[in-house]
Amino acid sequence: MKDILQQLEDRRADARLGGGQRRIDAQHAKGKLTARERIELLLDEGSFEEFDMFVRHRCTDFGMQEDRPAGDGVVTGWGTINGRMVYVFSQDFTVFGGSLSETHAQKICKIMDMAMQNGAPVIGINDSGGARIQEGVASLAGYADVFQRNIMASGVVPQISLIMGPCAGGAVYSPAMTDFIFMVKDTSYMFVTGPDVVKTVTNEIVTAEELGGASTHTRKSSVADGAFENDVEALAEVRRLFDFLPLNNREKAPVRPFFDEPGRIEDSLDTLIPDNPNQPYDMRELILKTADEGDFYEIQKDFAGNIITGFIRIEGQTVGVVANQPMVLAGCLDIDSSRKAARFVRFCDAFEVPILTFVDVPGFLPGTGQEYGGVIKHGAKLLFAYGEATVPKVTVITRKAYGGAYDVMASKHLRGDFNYAWPTAEIAVMGAKGAVEILYRSELGEPEKIAARVKDYEDRFANPFVAAEKGFIDEVIQPRSTRKRVARAFASLRSKKLTNPWKKHDNIPL
Amino acid sequence: MFKKILIANRGEIACRVIKTARKMGIKTVAVYSDADRNALHVKMADEAVHIGASPAAQSYIVIDKIMDAVRQTGAEAVHPGYGFLSENMNFAAALEAAGVVFIGPPSPAIEAMGDKITSKKLAQEAGVSTVPGYMGLIADGDEAVKISGQIGYPVMIKASAGGGGKGMRIAWSEGEVKEGFESSKNEAAASFGDDRIFIEKFVTQPRHIEIQVLADQHGNCVYLHERECSIQRRNQKVIEEAPSPFLDEATRKAMGEQACALAKAVGYTSAGTVEFIVDGARNFYFLEMNTRLQVEHPVTELITGVDLVEQMIRVAAGEPLPFKQEDLKINGWAMESRLYAEDPYRNFLPSIGRLTRYRPPVESSTPDAVVRNDTGVFEGGEISMYYDPMIAKLCTWAPTRLGAIEEMRLALDTFEVEGIGHNLPFVGAVMDHPRFVSGNITTAFIAEEYPDGFQGATLTEGTLRRVAAAAAAMHRVAEIRRTRISGRLGNHERHVGDDWVVALQGESHAVTIAADPDGATVTFEDGSQHRVTSDWVPGQSLARLDVDGTPLVLKVGKIPQGFRLRLRGADLKVHVRSPRQAELAALMPEKMPPDTSKFLLCPMPGLIVKINVAEGDEVQEGQALATVEAMKMENILRAERKGIVKKVAASPGASLRVDEVIMEFE
Repeated sequence: MKDILQQLEDRRADARLGGGQRRIDAQHAKGKLTARERIELLLDEGSFEEFDMFVRHRCTDFGMQEDRPAGDGVVTGWGTINGRMVYVFSQDFTVFGGSLSETHAQKICKIMDMAMQNGAPVIGINDSGGARIQEGVASLAGYADVFQRNIMASGVVPQISLIMGPCAGGAVYSPAMTDFIFMVKDTSYMFVTGPDVVKTVTNEIVTAEELGGASTHTRKSSVADGAFENDVEALAEVRRLFDFLPLNNREKAPVRPFFDEPGRIEDSLDTLIPDNPNQPYDMRELILKTADEGDFYEIQKDFAGNIITGFIRIEGQTVGVVANQPMVLAGCLDIDSSRKAARFVRFCDAFEVPILTFVDVPGFLPGTGQEYGGVIKHGAKLLFAYGEATVPKVTVITRKAYGGAYDVMASKHLRGDFNYAWPTAEIAVMGAKGAVEILYRSELGEPEKIAARVKDYEDRFANPFVAAEKGFIDEVIQPRSTRKRVARAFASLRSKKLTNPWKKHDNIPL
Repeated sequence: MFKKILIANRGEIACRVIKTARKMGIKTVAVYSDADRNALHVKMADEAVHIGASPAAQSYIVIDKIMDAVRQTGAEAVHPGYGFLSENMNFAAALEAAGVVFIGPPSPAIEAMGDKITSKKLAQEAGVSTVPGYMGLIADGDEAVKISGQIGYPVMIKASAGGGGKGMRIAWSEGEVKEGFESSKNEAAASFGDDRIFIEKFVTQPRHIEIQVLADQHGNCVYLHERECSIQRRNQKVIEEAPSPFLDEATRKAMGEQACALAKAVGYTSAGTVEFIVDGARNFYFLEMNTRLQVEHPVTELITGVDLVEQMIRVAAGEPLPFKQEDLKINGWAMESRLYAEDPYRNFLPSIGRLTRYRPPVESSTPDAVVRNDTGVFEGGEISMYYDPMIAKLCTWAPTRLGAIEEMRLALDTFEVEGIGHNLPFVGAVMDHPRFVSGNITTAFIAEEYPDGFQGATLTEGTLRRVAAAAAAMHRVAEIRRTRISGRLGNHERHVGDDWVVALQGESHAVTIAADPDGATVTFEDGSQHRVTSDWVPGQSLARLDVDGTPLVLKVGKIPQGFRLRLRGADLKVHVRSPRQAELAALMPEKMPPDTSKFLLCPMPGLIVKINVAEGDEVQEGQALATVEAMKMENILRAERKGIVKKVAASPGASLRVDEVIMEFE
C-alpha cells in the first residue's frame, strides 16, 4: 500500500519538474519564473488545486512518442485570490517551449468550461512558442477550441491574460478576446507574424521587442492594458486588479472594508479649475480625491492619454471611472480615446460595475487624420457603449461639455442616472468664440462688436444653468462635495434595475 | 492706536501681520496682484485691493498703486513686511508726505543703512566692530594689491552695490586680487550699473549671527538677543535658530550693545536687525543693518515672548516700549526651517504648480514644546513663478536646543506637501546631520556637507530597522483587510501569515510578526525585536507609529508589493513580501534605470516654444537646444556637452511633462 502512495508522490514530483531542472534554470536565467511558480504567486498560498497533472500528448509523428512529459506544457486548475475563486492556466515554456498541442488545449478548455459553469474568472498565463508543429492541424483545432470558449465566456466571467513570454501567431487571438491583457517589460512579446516573416514579406527589419514588446502594445497598438517590470510585480498587481472585479455577470462588484469617509469634503477641489479656461489641469487629482483612500487602478495608462479609464472604490465597492484629461490634447475625443473608453464602458456594463464619468471635453479632434481613420464610427462606439449601458451611471461635468461630445460623455440623454455639474461647467454647442463667428458672420470685420458678442454668449451659455433649467443637469454641485454627492448617488442606485429590449445581440459599429 | 492698517505685501508675512493686527483689534487691508486673487492673505484681511498684474514690478513694488490703495481704504498706517517696498526710502517718504504712518524706521535711517559703504562708515563711527577693510574708492588693480597687503590675506573683493554673491571674489594672493578686482568691477558694472568696489578681510569659519533691535520714538532701544542664520544655500538662509549655539554671554552683550548704539546713531525706530559675521574666535564684525522685519523673526519671538509685529505697530503709533533691556531674557531654544518650493533632488530648481496636498503640522503650544507655522498658502493653492518660492516657515521651540531639533524633526515628518518639488527632505536631513546637531556650523555648512547636491538622507541602521518593522506591521494590516472582501469561498479563506521579508535599501530582513490587540511585535532573524503600535489604516498618507516607545512618523505611498516611505529626508521604496514571494523576487533581474544622459529631458512641465537645432547637427557645450515656456517664463535649455543630435522628439507648440524627451543625442 505504502508503495502505491509513494508512487503518486513520485509521479507528482516528476510532473512538477516540467521540462527538467536544466530548462527551469534557463527560464530563470531569462528573468522569468516557471509556470508553477507563477501560479504560486498569483494565488493565495496553498490554495491551488491542480487538474490534469498527468495528461500526456498523443502525438506519434516525428518521434514524439518517445517524449511524453506529464502535464503537456500547461498547468491548469483553480485556487483563490484573497479567498475568491479563480480558474487559471499557466503555460510551461520548459516543456516543448510551451507549445500548444491538442491535449494542452483540452486542459485549458476544461478549466474554462468549469469557470463558466461555476461563475469564476479565468486568468491565463501565456508563455508559449506557438502551435505544436508536430501535431499539425490538431494543434490548430486546439487553438480554435480555446477561442470558441473565450468568445462564449466573454461577458459571462472576467478573463485576464498575462503575457509572460512569447505569444505569437494564432496564439495571440485567445488573449485578444479576453477582457484585459498585461505584459511583462523586456520578457514578453505578442505578434501575429514575427520579425523573420516580416522581413521576408515586406523587407522591413524590426526586432521582436519593437514589433510586439510591452512598450509597443501599451503605447502604440493598445493591445495591452498595462505592463509591469517583472513577473513578481505583474502577478502581485493582477491580484490587486482581481480585487476590483466581480466573479461573474450575475454578481455585483465586490465590496471590501474601507477606511475613508464617504462624506469627505475636499476644499482643494474648489480651485482645481484654473481661472484661465485654456489652461489645463490634472483630472487625475479629481479621481484620486473622489476614490476611497486615493486608490486607483488605471487601465491603458500609456495609451490615448486624453481619456483616463480605470477602477476605484467608493464606499468599498468597485466603480469604473472614465474621465477626459485636459492635460492631453485638451481632453478632446478622438479615435483612440473613443475606442479605449468604449471598451472599458462595455466591460463595466457587462459585469455590473457602476460607471462614474468626469467630463471636460472641448469636442472631437478635427482633421483629415481623424476623418480618414473613421472617427465617425469610432466615436459612435463610445456613444453606443454609454447608451446601451444599464449599470448605475453618475456623471460630473467639471468644465467644458461642448457639442456632440457632450452627448457622448454619459449625458442625461443616454440614460444617465445622476448628471451633476460644477458651477464652472460650460455646457454648450461649442465655445463662445466659435459660436459667435457663425452666428454673427457679418460682423467679423469688427473686432469690438465680436468681442461684445463673445462676452454675451459666454454670459448666457458658458455655465451649467441653461442645461440645469432644462433638467439635463440634475444638480449643480460644489466641487469640494463631489465625493459625498457621488457616493450618495451610487448608494441610491444600489438596486437599480434597467433592461434593454430583447435582441440576439446588438450591432455596435465595430 | 490705528483703526486700520494696510499691509503692502503678500504671502506668509502678510498673513502674519494680519494675525497680530486682528489680535490688537485693528482692521486690515490686503493688496493683491492678478496671481494672488485667491491668496490666503486676501481671504484673511478685512478688505482687499487689487493693485495690478502678477509681476511684482507691476503691482507690489509700485508705490503709486499702494498709495492709491491706502487712499481708497483710508488706512492710517502701512506695514511693508519684508522685501518689496520694505526698505524703500521713497516709499516711506511718500507715506510720510501723505500723512500716513510707515510701520518701520524713518526714511533717513533706511537711506543711511541702505548703502554698504555708508552704513559701514556710520557703524565705525558708532563704535561698532567692522571688518577690517578699505572703504574708499579703489583706482586699479595695483592699488587693490597694496590695500590687500595692509588688511592681510585672505581678502574679499566686493561690489558696493552688490548682493546675492554677484561681483564678489575671495583672493588669497596678490595675483588673485588683481584678477578678482577686474572681474568684480566688470560684473558690478554689468549687474548693477555701479562699478564701485571695496576690499575687506575675508573672515574664516564664518557664522552669520544677527541681533534683533527694537527702538521707540522716545529714545529707548533694546536688543532681543541674537539669531544664528549660518545654514545658508548660496546666501539664501534655510535654517535659523535663536539663540546661537556659539555665543557666550559676554559676546552677546557686546554685540547687542553695539547694535543698539548703531540704531541710536541713525535715529532708528521700529524693529531692525544688525547682521554680524562671527569668526571661529568669536570676533564679530558688522555686515549690514536690515531696516525691516526679518523673515526669521519668529525664532526671536519664541525665545523672548515678544510679538515683534505688535511692537512695530505700537512704536509706529508713538507708544513707548513696554520693557527694558533687563526684562528681555532668553527662554529656551527656537528653530526655524524655511520650506521652499525648490526641488532638492534637482539641484534646488524652483518648482511651481498646484499644491495638491498641503497639510502642515498642527500648531501647538505647551510648556515643553511649541510648533508654529507661518504660511501664506493652502491646499489647492498655486505656487506661482512670480514671487519668492517660500511656502512656509516652520518653527519649533523647546527648553533646549536638542529638544527644539527633535520637535522640528517630528514636525517636518508630519508636514505633507505634494504636487510640487520642495525642500522638506533636505531640511529634514539637516536636522539629523551630526554636525548640525553638534552646533559646529558655519555659513559654508551646506556647501561643505552637500558638495554634490542632495541625493536623499542616509538613515542609520537603527532607524532603518524601525522603519522595516513598521512597514511589516502596516503591510500585514493591509493584507488582512484584503482578505475581508465580499464573495469569498466560505471556509476556504486566505490566511495571512506571520512571516514576511522586508526589503529596503538593498537589504532584506526576514521578520516574524506576533500581533495582539494593541499592536505587533516584529522579530528579526537575529532575534532583535521591535514593538510597533499605531492606529494607521490602509489609505492613510501619514502613519504615526510608536516603535519601541518612541514616535516614528512616515509619509506613506503605495507601490507594488510595498510602500514608498518618506521620513527625515529619506525617500525609501520598501517591499514587504511573503517568504516565497521574496525567494522568487530574488530571481528577477535588476533593471537599470534607462540611461538618460543621451537625452535632453524637459526639466519642468511646459510648452516647447522653439527647437534651435535639427537632427544631425553637431552641438557645442552650452549651445541653446530648445526653449521651454513654463508659466510665461522662457527657459533656454543648453547642451551639457558636445554631441550630435540624433533625433528631435518634440516640436514647437507641444506641451511636455517633466522628464519627457525633447531630443536624443548620438
